[in-house]
Amino acid sequence: MAPAPKLKLAVWKFASCDGCQLTLLNCEDELLAIADRVDIAEFREASRAVAQGPYDLSLVEGSITTVRDASRILEIRRASKTLVTIGACATAGGIQALRNFKDVNDFISLVYASPQYIDTLATSTAIAAHVRVDFELRGCPIDARQLIEVIGAYVHGHRPRTPSHSVCIECKQRGTVCVMVARGTPCLGPVTHTGCGALCPTYHRGCYGCFGPMETPNTGSLSEWWGHLGVREEDVVRAFRTFNADAEAFRREAQAHEH
Amino acid sequence: MQIIERSAFPVLCEALQRRGYELVGPTLRDGAIVYDRLASAADLPIGWTDEQQGGAYRLKQRPDGALFGYAVGPHSWKKYFLPSEQALWRAEREENGFRIIEDRRDAPKLVLIGVRSCELHAMAIQDKVLMGGACVDPWYASQRERVFIVAVNCGQAGGTCFCVSMHTGPKATSGYDLALTEVLEGDRHYFVVDVGTEAGEALLLDIPHREARDEEAKTAEEVVTQTAKTMGRTMDTTSIKELLYANVEHPRWERVAARCLACGNCTMVCPTCYCTTVEDVTDLAGEQTERRRTWDSCFTMDFSHLHGVGSVRSSTKGRYRQWMTHKLATWFDQFGTSGCVGCGRCITWCPVAIDITEEVRAIREATS
Repeated sequence: MAPAPKLKLAVWKFASCDGCQLTLLNCEDELLAIADRVDIAEFREASRAVAQGPYDLSLVEGSITTVRDASRILEIRRASKTLVTIGACATAGGIQALRNFKDVNDFISLVYASPQYIDTLATSTAIAAHVRVDFELRGCPIDARQLIEVIGAYVHGHRPRTPSHSVCIECKQRGTVCVMVARGTPCLGPVTHTGCGALCPTYHRGCYGCFGPMETPNTGSLSEWWGHLGVREEDVVRAFRTFNADAEAFRREAQAHEH
Repeated sequence: MQIIERSAFPVLCEALQRRGYELVGPTLRDGAIVYDRLASAADLPIGWTDEQQGGAYRLKQRPDGALFGYAVGPHSWKKYFLPSEQALWRAEREENGFRIIEDRRDAPKLVLIGVRSCELHAMAIQDKVLMGGACVDPWYASQRERVFIVAVNCGQAGGTCFCVSMHTGPKATSGYDLALTEVLEGDRHYFVVDVGTEAGEALLLDIPHREARDEEAKTAEEVVTQTAKTMGRTMDTTSIKELLYANVEHPRWERVAARCLACGNCTMVCPTCYCTTVEDVTDLAGEQTERRRTWDSCFTMDFSHLHGVGSVRSSTKGRYRQWMTHKLATWFDQFGTSGCVGCGRCITWCPVAIDITEEVRAIREATS
């Protein structure tokens, strides 16, 4: 059987910390295999070499926070056969979406010495709010194994194996003892999308919700239970307002506890 | 009935190890009593117990040195027979197609220490599911054949236990090589031993033991009787299948769905839940692929996903009802027994304390 032809891959950055792109660079053992199957046409974190589109597969990191970026993503969409967003910024607006709940001008005047140079939108939004997205890979940052799985899925033409159930199932598959039941530690695992390998509970921490809402998140029931564990309303708001603050289920739950 | 003194218990473990068995049993880890490999009897949670209620589990130190003074924890023995992830076979690309490589290794010889009666019943149920039909699961069967079981009759009931209601305990009645009842009486600490198989009888010959006196056997009986009286939960199972079949549209399902997180924890900790999915993991080069079997849960959307339709059981109400009705009703039609053994794990390890006994009660009360 002949191997599949090489894919032309591009990696794009919008408002983000670059951590998800670094995840690709950190795939050290697999990088050669990736380079074997894809032509990297655009990946500025890795190389200055740039090849013109169109691209078979575009990986998009970051959220839309400027007028310029809002039009740049349209061009990228037009030049991409398949567009996959990677990471919480691209899939939910990221931590910078905290501005969506406040007046961004208040932040600008506090953060920047010369606020007049800052030209930004009032909101930070997910890529899918602007263009059609073929697949969203969750996480803050994304998980390297899942990224390889997604690239492999497009190389070989199968569905990516990235389940959208709770983190709890991964905890139980690993044999990790539930931190909420055994320690009373508030944990977002039951409402959070799996993919990290249940990292935090394995080290006795509650889940921080880095992968955003799971497929059927019952955030209201979880918050009510957190109340029994002694978590204050303002801390419920904080827990849901992190990297995936503007993901719908988390946004609604935080708003429900904001007085 | 035989007697093994506490001091001879390590000898029992060593005798099994000498016969090539690895020790597996309860041990302390991450704030709970889990099942894991043990180097020796000293790895048991000696002097520890647990307190359990809906959605809560806490370790507590006991005033004595009991070896088995606790109820069941978050793990169940199914992880040894039906691992959470298992490679079934691999395939390698060849010039004109591909070659399948079977991944069949001999299961390790394991001795399971401290198996409870409810868990023996759960194993019997899984045996029926995975070995009782036309298709025998070879991986499961191979491990099932290579275990030596040291059961323990429960000396105390957990806060969420209801084996008495399900007629599955607290005394082990079958499915073990040896069954122990731990007795702590003043200065005395010994095990009353019931021999279940020839292998158990043969093992006993390698361990200091003697015939039990009548009063010792009676004391062991009392330990179990006392446990049976202190069950944390009860469930009225009278015509339970008919009750649930008659209440498919009961408003209680909506109420439990409002609390249910659909996180799948109940199915993962359940010692009889056996659902798995298979997936193919292909390397980037496209040269090798592996078919893996992993634990699945009827609470996920993928579980009931049909091509072109999506999930055919998309509501949490439908999923909770499916799970509970399977355990307590359709299991009878499918396998001839209850699918619930009353171990209480789904109650303790539900992050929001949903209680299957309470759900049955609510439906029964509203119906009668």
